[in-house]
Amino acid sequence: MESTSLIAETASRLLRHHCDPQTLTSSVDAAWQGPAWAALERAGLPLAWVPEELGGAGVGIEDGFTLIGLAGRYALALPLTETLLAGWLLARGAIAPPAGALTCAPTRQGDKVVLASAGTLSGRLRAVPFAEAAKHLALIAEREDGNGHAIALIALADAQVVPGRSIAGDALNAVDLQAVRPITIKDAPEGVDAHSLLAMGAAARAMQMSGALAAILDIAVAYANERVAFARPIAKFQAVQHNLARLAGEAAAAMAAAGSAAEALASAPAAAPTASFADALLLEVAAAKIRVGEAAGVGAGIAHQVLGAIGFTREHVLHRFTQRLWAWRDDFDNESAWAVRLGARIAARGSDELWPLLASR
Amino acid sequence: MSSALSFDAIRLPPECDRLRQEVRAFLAEEIAAGSYDPEEPGNDHGFSPEFSRKVGAKGWIGMTWPRHYGGHERSFLERYVVTEEFRIANAPVRLHFVADRQSGPVLLKYATEAVKQDVLPRICRGEVCFAIGMSEPGSGSDLFAAATRATRTKGGWLINGTKVWTSNAHHAHYLIGLFRTSPASKDNRRHGLTQFLVDMKTPGISVNPIYQMTGQHDFNEVVFQDAFMPDHHVLGEVDGAWKQATAELAYERSGPERFLETFYVLQELVRVLGSDPDVRGAEGLGRLVAQVHALRRMSVSVAGMLHAGKEPVVEAAIVKDVGTLWEQALPQRARDLAAFVEEGASNRATFEEQLRFATLIAPKLTIQGGTTEILRGIIARGLGLR
Repeated sequence: MESTSLIAETASRLLRHHCDPQTLTSSVDAAWQGPAWAALERAGLPLAWVPEELGGAGVGIEDGFTLIGLAGRYALALPLTETLLAGWLLARGAIAPPAGALTCAPTRQGDKVVLASAGTLSGRLRAVPFAEAAKHLALIAEREDGNGHAIALIALADAQVVPGRSIAGDALNAVDLQAVRPITIKDAPEGVDAHSLLAMGAAARAMQMSGALAAILDIAVAYANERVAFARPIAKFQAVQHNLARLAGEAAAAMAAAGSAAEALASAPAAAPTASFADALLLEVAAAKIRVGEAAGVGAGIAHQVLGAIGFTREHVLHRFTQRLWAWRDDFDNESAWAVRLGARIAARGSDELWPLLASR
Repeated sequence: MSSALSFDAIRLPPECDRLRQEVRAFLAEEIAAGSYDPEEPGNDHGFSPEFSRKVGAKGWIGMTWPRHYGGHERSFLERYVVTEEFRIANAPVRLHFVADRQSGPVLLKYATEAVKQDVLPRICRGEVCFAIGMSEPGSGSDLFAAATRATRTKGGWLINGTKVWTSNAHHAHYLIGLFRTSPASKDNRRHGLTQFLVDMKTPGISVNPIYQMTGQHDFNEVVFQDAFMPDHHVLGEVDGAWKQATAELAYERSGPERFLETFYVLQELVRVLGSDPDVRGAEGLGRLVAQVHALRRMSVSVAGMLHAGKEPVVEAAIVKDVGTLWEQALPQRARDLAAFVEEGASNRATFEEQLRFATLIAPKLTIQGGTTEILRGIIARGLGLR
């Protein structure tokens, strides 16, 4: 168990060295990916959420989220978050993860994998991040007879992975499972179901996006101070200042909401952090995904406006962040899906219960 | 740089939960006893000497101040809980709120010992109402343009000029005013202003009401004609008030009152939408709840930093900027979301009434206590843009 600062330090060092966004923007191929992933693996980061007895680093939930925030700060185009989440899910079923990049599913409300009595898995998953890049998929399935859930590890070679890219150009694939026999399958603990993964994934993406928002704020502020127009840096124009102040406000709201959800999940009962999916946790996670998603849309727009034409070029680093901000909004359900879920729950609880819920956080 | 922006996931400590229950029980009793009507829009602006005295007796005014001035030496986070529960319950805190939030802390820092011993315990007992004399006809957001003069006279100063938009002045026992004691210097246009504690009973002060477009009377014009201020009512450094303003602003800007002023509209919206809203209603509601949760988490985070002795000036300005825009937009969003709710909904009339009031007061939310434009300038400076 390492301390937060040590993990953050290690991750920052590796990301700076292997995944510097400016360097990657100028690189002509994906050759950087192999060494970068190998370095992250050597440091034990992808399996940070897997306990040591299952072959992982056994890092706390909160430290894992710190790591994910850093991945966002570097617009990391590798399945680090997905592998963390897959490891977290497999650990819930006491399954030791294999080496290499992993991904996880379902990532959308309504996607379902059914476990037949014969022990095979079937279902269509609409959007699995990095399925083309990963060898294995960790998933949560519903038993055909309706008797609970199971956590399974499958080889992606046994499934049909439909080629596809996200708006950022990262692998994002539909995956078809037709009577796939899992490598390992275990009963999910009481309270762990598809919502548990959605919640953990949504909080993770929110954290990742808040990191990317902090990065584009830095990029836009630095650019405004450098770029001269009408004989002064554009940072001196009030219109530009006010746009950047709004971007700072959006980044701040994102940091606060994502940080709060991460802390909430980290301090939930260890056995099954999202077990009860209690209202407080729903509020935290939904609010993070909703508010950060909103901030991503507004914030990316402002950053592009400040950067002007140069920010719209392939050679500038900005798009590595903005495109991922746009893409990540849709993973583990978008703002609208979470808002409907949260709004329905708030309405069902009734008006008098709204403030006590907010104040309890 | 954004890397310097900090919004840690700070939670209120357990002692705050106990306090919150105490405050809720007190408010429930007061409402049950008919001491005020929480449904009446804008009741928070209610001025109630009796209520403020009870709050003082509970130990909920001057909570963080030293005991020997009547304070209670509790934490800033405990004060936060009291503030937000009173705000949510529309409690009539007008008499003591400004003194508790702003004026008391200024006195603690800059008043003479005798003034502190005289005034602070009375604030804590909920007996004293304060106003803030900053704006003038020719000086609003640009505070350093203040022209109301304080000129030397035997044993003190004579004040001449006019303050305007002065909330509470018609109730206030005291006002903390910013007056010109010297011309601005060539190299520092902020130089030459001095803060004074003004006893409103002083001869030469007249208060004229300025009615608001809501029909309410909140702010005033305060005219000074040779009003005498004794020397010991100078607060801090003569000509140096500009150095004194900034730190307190973080407290003033980041509190729960900066995003909860129209919250009752959201509560009524939940009621009017019913327990099983359609997708449009649920989504709209979900987004609003997510937004206010994020704001509260930002605000608590700033409170936590203040509690830890930090000076999160930029973070506080961000809370007020984002928070006031949210509470200002809320009535419009609620109106949209309730557009198709049937006329017969049980609380439709209450909702309409509250919506009307919130819509009327909404424009002031991004003006009072520092406009959006001023806040964005502060944020921009914090980001290193100016």
